[in-house]
Amino acid sequence: MQMDMFLDQFLNQAVLVKYTPLILKGAGVTVLLSVLIVLTGLTLGAGLACLRAYRIKAFSFAIVIFADVLRALPPLVLILLAFFGLPNIGVVLSSFTVLFLVLSLVLAAFAEEIVWAGITATPKGQWEAARSTGLTFTQALCYVVLPQAVRMVIPPLTNRAIAITKMTALGMVIGVPDILGQATTAQSFSANASPLTLAAIAYVVIFLPLVIASRWLEQRFTQKGS
Amino acid sequence: MASTYNEKGTPSSATLSVRALHKSFGVLPVLKGIDLHVQRSEMVFVLGPSGSGKSTMLRCCNLLEEPDSGAILIEGDKLTGPGVDLNKMRQRIGMVFQSFNLYPHLSALGNVTLALRRVLKMPREQAESEAIAALTKVGLSNRAGHFPSQLSGGQQQRVAIARALALKPTVMLFDEPTSALDPELVGDVLDVMRDVKEQGMTMLVVSHEMKFARDAADRVVFMDGGVIVEQGPPEQIFGAPTQERTRTFLSRFHG
Amino acid sequence: MEAIIQQFFNIEIMIKALPLVLKGLGVTLLICAVVIPLGALGGLFAAIASVSKNRAVRWTAIGFVDLFRAIPPLVLLIFIYAGLPFAGIQISPFVAVAVGFFLNNSAYFAEVFRAGILSVPKGQTEAARSTGMTQGQTLFWVTLPQAVRNVLPDLLSNVVEVVKLTSLASVVSLGEMLHAAGLVRSLTYNASPLVLAAGLYLVLLWPLIRLISRFERKIDT
Ligand SMILES: Nc1ncnc2c1ncn2[C@@H]1O[C@H](COP(=O)(O)OP(=O)(O)OP(=O)(O)O)[C@@H](O)[C@H]1O
Ligand SMILES: [Mg+2]
Repeated sequence: MQMDMFLDQFLNQAVLVKYTPLILKGAGVTVLLSVLIVLTGLTLGAGLACLRAYRIKAFSFAIVIFADVLRALPPLVLILLAFFGLPNIGVVLSSFTVLFLVLSLVLAAFAEEIVWAGITATPKGQWEAARSTGLTFTQALCYVVLPQAVRMVIPPLTNRAIAITKMTALGMVIGVPDILGQATTAQSFSANASPLTLAAIAYVVIFLPLVIASRWLEQRFTQKGS
Repeated sequence: MASTYNEKGTPSSATLSVRALHKSFGVLPVLKGIDLHVQRSEMVFVLGPSGSGKSTMLRCCNLLEEPDSGAILIEGDKLTGPGVDLNKMRQRIGMVFQSFNLYPHLSALGNVTLALRRVLKMPREQAESEAIAALTKVGLSNRAGHFPSQLSGGQQQRVAIARALALKPTVMLFDEPTSALDPELVGDVLDVMRDVKEQGMTMLVVSHEMKFARDAADRVVFMDGGVIVEQGPPEQIFGAPTQERTRTFLSRFHG
Repeated sequence: MEAIIQQFFNIEIMIKALPLVLKGLGVTLLICAVVIPLGALGGLFAAIASVSKNRAVRWTAIGFVDLFRAIPPLVLLIFIYAGLPFAGIQISPFVAVAVGFFLNNSAYFAEVFRAGILSVPKGQTEAARSTGMTQGQTLFWVTLPQAVRNVLPDLLSNVVEVVKLTSLASVVSLGEMLHAAGLVRSLTYNASPLVLAAGLYLVLLWPLIRLISRFERKIDT
């Protein structure tokens, strides 16, 4: 009896069939957003970490403030601020753009801190060897230090990138038609929880392989390191 | 040493000149006026107790440390001053470190080609053939594809020598190149250094390999407390040192 | 410039919003007080299970952790809050938040504790066992203290993440800080209440973030 009711509410075949295309469309949006956020966030974060390596006081200060603030604020606060606040001063952005911008910046903040940790952990002798062969500071940074730093921090970087791309689900709050956005709409139309089940499955299908891959990466890198 | 001085005020024949070099770390004076001239194809050995400033002097020679005052000249060209391209100058000064400092993310070949390609802007094929030539000189052409983690300490140091050698420097600096090595690997590195010398390289070497110094060095410099205490041919420094401090230092090595 | 101050830093509106937002802050802290200890405890158990010698136990634990690391917390929260009533189970927003975040946090804390446990050299366990300590005693008195110390910065940064996570509770209308601020925003059509909430999050979390950075620097030097 209970079981029947459960199946009817959470795995209702008619509802599942009807809304699968919608959820797939949402999955497309989620994946597209995730890829854009990861590319932008990691590039910007690594770039800022490199800029910080030049140890120009004003830049370093600004970078640290940026990274601290974006790591301290809940992304949802930033999303609401941007989505509801900016139009009041004449800046109207689509919900998709707001989500993309906010999460890219948040990922950039974390990536900056992580890559910077990698740069400072690279032995001083590497800089000296590079400079002693005539490489400029920038060349030493790009060809010698950064490749090592990035390699060192791939596991935390991957974990953070996954955690932040999962936050694309927050887009539902401002009406981004991603997986969760489509699922909640479908749920209220169908008066049935099955679309939520579909959404959960979709997220697991997309993110579980990534989580497992990150676990594998972590194992590989820590074994090699120690 | 008697030498004629050119218009720049340096011994005209010196390949590397260190003049009135001073350097402090905070309030601690480490170099208190070093004057040293290394002639073409000469191998000069620097000895001295720990903390006497040997590494600091060497690192000042390619500006890894900024001198407080004094001058460094390569073939009469000043290393510091307005309008000097430091990176150009550094190509003329090879450096070999105690801890190798090979780039762990690059193969032996990659370690050697990096500066050839990025500093000298050689095309890939040319850089690689130059690198192979340098690796051959240190006896490691068959290890070109190996990464530093796959090489022994002695092999790593020889790759580091090849890395410096490939840039065809005017002078090479060695800071205790063998002291991080297991005893049985020291010989290979010293053999390579001897070959490099025989090919006419000008070398300034900080090392405590006394036997090697006796065999191969043209001149031995004894440093203590940030100054050069005495210098001369190895037979004289090891056989009949004139300064008490030198004798005390050497007696610890003879036991 | 005038417009920015008017729309984002309007003191008048902030003062009006303050009582409600502070009340929300109380709820935020209450959620943290419930979810952080529960999540840490759940995570600790999952971590211990995930290094068990028993294959079934180990893989169950790792499966649990990976599953809840793959599902976005908001999806979990909405599934519990909006889904369970369909199954005839009525729960309050607070319970939904507590359960959802407990599952999510346990997974994240488990990963941190697991890394900590694995970072303790095997010789430590062997030494302890050789003095006659049981497996449980060894874990409690030798392995865990070292494990926790090794991953202290990660544990702290997890705590920061949990505090930030509580903002999601606003989506299920639990009156925590962001919900309160959002409410005032929708009444005033002015973003200042959100800025006020952001400021309070900063006051709460910035010291923690600085502390973590300090820890991390100490470790790699
Ligand atoms: N970067 C630095 N900052 C502060 N003090 C330094 C620095 N580098 C060297 N020193 C100090 O300068 C002095 C000379 O150091 P240096 O490394 O030149 O000695 P050394 O002759 O090479 O000794 P060793 O045989 O131990 O290598 C030492 O007292 C050392 O502590
Ligand atoms: Mg030294």
